[in-house]
Amino acid sequence: MSAHDLYVISPYLGVAGAALLVILLDLVVPKKGLLPIIAFLGLAAPLALSLIQAFDLDDSLNLVQGSGLLSNGESSILLGSLSVDRFAMFFNFLVLAAAGLVIMASTDYVRQMDRYQGEYYGLILFSATGMMLLAAATELITIYIAIELTTMPLVALAAFMNSAKSSEAGMKFFIVGAISSALMLYGMALIYGFTGTTLLSEISASVGNASGDIPFGNYALLVGLVLLLVGFGFKISSVPFQMWVPDVYEGGPTPVIAFLSVASKAAAFAILLRVFFSGFFDVSLDWAGLMAALAAASMIIGNLVAIGQSNIRRLFGYSSIAHAGYILVGVAAGVKATGAGSSLPEFLSVGPDSVLFYLGAYTAANLTAFFAIIAIGNRIGSDRIEDYAGVARRSPVLAAVLALALAALIGVPPTSIFIGKLYIFTAAINADLAWLAIVGVISSVVSAYYYVRIIRVMFLQSSETGERISAPPASWAALGIAGASMLFIGIAPGFVLDLSKIAVGPLTP
Amino acid sequence: MIPEAAIWAIFLLPLGTFALIGLIIRPLLNRFSLLSGLTLIASLGVALGFSVWTLRSVILGHDLDLETYQWLEIGSAKIQLGLLIDQLTAIMLVVVTGVSLLVQIYSLGYMKGDPGFSRYFAYMALFTAAMLGVVMSTNIIQLYAFWELVGVSSYLLIGFWHERPAAAAAAKKAFIITRIGDVGFLIAILYLFVRADDFAAAGLNAFHIPDIWQAAQPVAIGGVGILGGAALTWFTLGIFSGAAGKSGQFPLHPWLPDAMEGPTPVSALIHAATMVAAGVFLVARFYPVIQQSGDTMSIIALIGAFTAVMAATMGLVMNDIKRVMAYSTVSQLGYMMAALGVGAYSAAMFHLFTHASFKALLFLGAGSVNHATGTFDMRYMGGLVRHMKVTYVLMVIGGLSLMGIIPLAGFWSKDEILAGSWYSSGLVDGWVNRATFIMLLIGIVLTAFYTFRMLHMTFHGEFRGGIDQELADQAEDEREELEEQGEQGSGMAPADAAPVSAHGGVHLAESPVIMLFPMMVLGVAAIISGYLANPQWDEEIGIPRHWISEFLLHGLENTVPVLAGNVEIHGFSRSLATFSTVGAAIGIILAAGLYLGRRQTWERDPLELGGKVHSLLANKYYVDALYEGVVVRSAFYRLMVGAVDWLDRNIVDGVVDTLGWFFRNIGSMIGRVQTGQVQSYGGVVVFGILLIILGFLLS
Repeated sequence: MSAHDLYVISPYLGVAGAALLVILLDLVVPKKGLLPIIAFLGLAAPLALSLIQAFDLDDSLNLVQGSGLLSNGESSILLGSLSVDRFAMFFNFLVLAAAGLVIMASTDYVRQMDRYQGEYYGLILFSATGMMLLAAATELITIYIAIELTTMPLVALAAFMNSAKSSEAGMKFFIVGAISSALMLYGMALIYGFTGTTLLSEISASVGNASGDIPFGNYALLVGLVLLLVGFGFKISSVPFQMWVPDVYEGGPTPVIAFLSVASKAAAFAILLRVFFSGFFDVSLDWAGLMAALAAASMIIGNLVAIGQSNIRRLFGYSSIAHAGYILVGVAAGVKATGAGSSLPEFLSVGPDSVLFYLGAYTAANLTAFFAIIAIGNRIGSDRIEDYAGVARRSPVLAAVLALALAALIGVPPTSIFIGKLYIFTAAINADLAWLAIVGVISSVVSAYYYVRIIRVMFLQSSETGERISAPPASWAALGIAGASMLFIGIAPGFVLDLSKIAVGPLTP
Repeated sequence: MIPEAAIWAIFLLPLGTFALIGLIIRPLLNRFSLLSGLTLIASLGVALGFSVWTLRSVILGHDLDLETYQWLEIGSAKIQLGLLIDQLTAIMLVVVTGVSLLVQIYSLGYMKGDPGFSRYFAYMALFTAAMLGVVMSTNIIQLYAFWELVGVSSYLLIGFWHERPAAAAAAKKAFIITRIGDVGFLIAILYLFVRADDFAAAGLNAFHIPDIWQAAQPVAIGGVGILGGAALTWFTLGIFSGAAGKSGQFPLHPWLPDAMEGPTPVSALIHAATMVAAGVFLVARFYPVIQQSGDTMSIIALIGAFTAVMAATMGLVMNDIKRVMAYSTVSQLGYMMAALGVGAYSAAMFHLFTHASFKALLFLGAGSVNHATGTFDMRYMGGLVRHMKVTYVLMVIGGLSLMGIIPLAGFWSKDEILAGSWYSSGLVDGWVNRATFIMLLIGIVLTAFYTFRMLHMTFHGEFRGGIDQELADQAEDEREELEEQGEQGSGMAPADAAPVSAHGGVHLAESPVIMLFPMMVLGVAAIISGYLANPQWDEEIGIPRHWISEFLLHGLENTVPVLAGNVEIHGFSRSLATFSTVGAAIGIILAAGLYLGRRQTWERDPLELGGKVHSLLANKYYVDALYEGVVVRSAFYRLMVGAVDWLDRNIVDGVVDTLGWFFRNIGSMIGRVQTGQVQSYGGVVVFGILLIILGFLLS
């Protein structure tokens, strides 16, 4: 392993190192209040390294290919298992930002625990390591390891609270996760059996040779890809792999759920895009239809079931399923047949482009909503929507911020997700998927029903107590930063738009 | 030039408003129900702007580049949706959005405080959107879909106060009778499916309306000649049957007066610019086809003229102000149909245009009167001129326009119709022309008579107590009946009579400005629109002579060049104008002689001296009884009633509620899979995989 290799993987080592540091310091530091500060500062090193790498990337698309700082011109001993490129970089920043904000918002929550405080932060950082690796992975085994590294800490975190509900959530998360990762591994084995390689670049070459009337050219590949999708579908919480979502969202600690709902979803979408576009693009016309169907099912089921929910965290579980559906629309919109009746796919960069933008917008808006829910929930001690009555009077700022985030989640202009939806649905129409865009627009309208209900309860109903709801400064800061980014993306979308345009470059087949 | 998106917006704005009110405002913000009215007014305002823009584009002769969208392909039958914007559509767009906008403004005042305020505006939005859809469709299937949507939404509006049995019954009647007419229309469409191959062979699309026009032109004059002979006659009669149902032509007229049970602004909209005009529009839309069949043209002319007279006679004896006007509408629609039948295409559409303004004005005026007196029964009105001067003046303007008094709008259009039936167009036999002309002339006398009677009963003389007196009389009658049955013992007052109107109680005063303003706009239109749109002589005001006629005929000639020469514009004829004015004067003098100067109490109408004739008219020629007696007993009707009853229970409560219910329940149904059993979660995953693989293998 050369110095250059170490340089390439340094951000990942940095996050993992921060995690170990927090756990070790937990043993010796008597003031547990220092732990989140250390965890937060621990993110500075990987962030700085990522920034250096990002500037280093100006003349190269991929650091591993013997270019950039510290390069000696030799090809990497990482054997092509990682591709630290602009695409991976986009998700590095996204995951780091989400992790930092979640750590800030967790302080109030974690302070109430009598032990394992260090482990809480450590696990979040370990999971973040997995997510960042996932976005860069270009080899099946690495992908598997990264997914497990992402999931296992989250499973432990979901079961972190001393309550039956929390344990149940962790257990369910674990079992369903185990089932899907077993199936995914089986799928990977089939793909390896068919192609004889685990590297996406080489898989792409041998898939290109397949032809015939059979979907994906080969039954082994068909079953293999579908099973592979199970693993990704579980992480992005798309129908029909979404069953764990409402239970885990209801039972797990709220900051963990916030992290799960944005960072884990974003990383899973990253690997979904990477695998399907750079590994299996030649059969993309076959899988694009599947993506479109899953997108429609997720949007419809997520939004319809959300209407009947009375628990706000459960409601956000279904909302997260629905948003996975919207984002899948963008995945399906990345491909278009070159002509009528043609089986040659054409790459439309606007599809993956819109996915990245939407993930950014969704991360900001959903984190804002969750941080407000954490602050409110900690004081009123309830997750029931009806108990949110009178929140507008007890804390006008929190209520207003939550209402703003909910409006963004509906997609009301001019918020961040409105532009995201506009972008994604336009991409769908470009890719001849107008029906999917229509399903999306209609289900967005339906989603207004349950989001607005929360706003209505907060503002129009009154509660018995008029006691003020307050939050510690760290929570306010997290809420402020997330809310500001949400507004920023909505009002000046150009910045994130440009970033995502640059980031999808490596996906071009 | 207007972009296509803006034209689509004319239709999509009210439709979107319907969705907005139904899905957001009504379920979530019902406390601010005023919002729904304002939203609809705003969206119709924009739609009116776009309509005027469209009209301007059509006038300037821009080549509107309109796309069609493939929707379905069944064998050789391709159904392509799209817009058809020609002169006729452009005028109708302005009329529909304009009248609808004024009616909505008026409704803000009229429906104030009604618990169904939001629901009302949601239905109104749907109704307007459906009518706009009919006007703009380029495909006959598309047109039919909106045609039915007009029927459904009018059903919702007529039965708006569905807690009242009379309203629910009237809604059902309207729905069923128009449906009888639609059977013919549907058969005509099915015939097109049969001939789809022949159309395709000639390079035409059997459902594309301009292609149908082409197909009906005989080979002799350079046309395609796919439709012809007896088949053409039956096809056109099928279309006319649909039109007759919607436009209340004999014998499908009985639903129209009953439709008065809906809120008055609804009546104004239905009767002036939308639903009933849809029938006339349909005939006009297929005019290039219909005018190829002399038989169909004769039938349309005679039925129209007969309806004009018959409805007018029934209007003579009605005591309900809205019913008088309902029969008046039926009668005026008869004029339009008769004009279409004798070949006076542009005169018919011109009359539709002027009629929209003065009839909407009269209905809104009736609503205003009802606002003050609480009743629609003219026997309990009287003397209102002292309390409602503005309403009175406006109603008189509307009434004079309806009578066809120079120089009001109605005069010019009615005069054109008379000229059209006097001069032969060569499309129908001479005797049809003469018979039509005579009947229409008689109609003018009758129209003047019942209009005078209506205005006199409502506004002159002494006030006769309004709703209070009516309820007292009803109670009196019932008590007498009870006594006759020998049940004096109870001595109890009868149970509360059903309220006659949503606006109970008498408060004699002028209506609020929000109601008067739209009436004033319509009043101005009823005075000047006839002359301005179709000047008869010079070009002093910058509008060419016979502008609207030329414009419409130009549109017709553009579509089928072979038509030219058959339909022409007749110049203003002083002798015919004298004829019609004398006819109107006779009607007024007769009515004045009978009613003026009499200190009568309206206990007995002088017309009742007519004895048997009066009761024949009062019983509407027993056509209703015939329907009740014959049609009601048939199994067909019962089936219909059963179906409509079901609709009534499940849909009248609000399409919107149903939608909400649907979404809530479908959600919890799916949610039920969410058992919490982790093994079932795994099961769902595996089941999903199998489903996906199966899907791939089957595709």
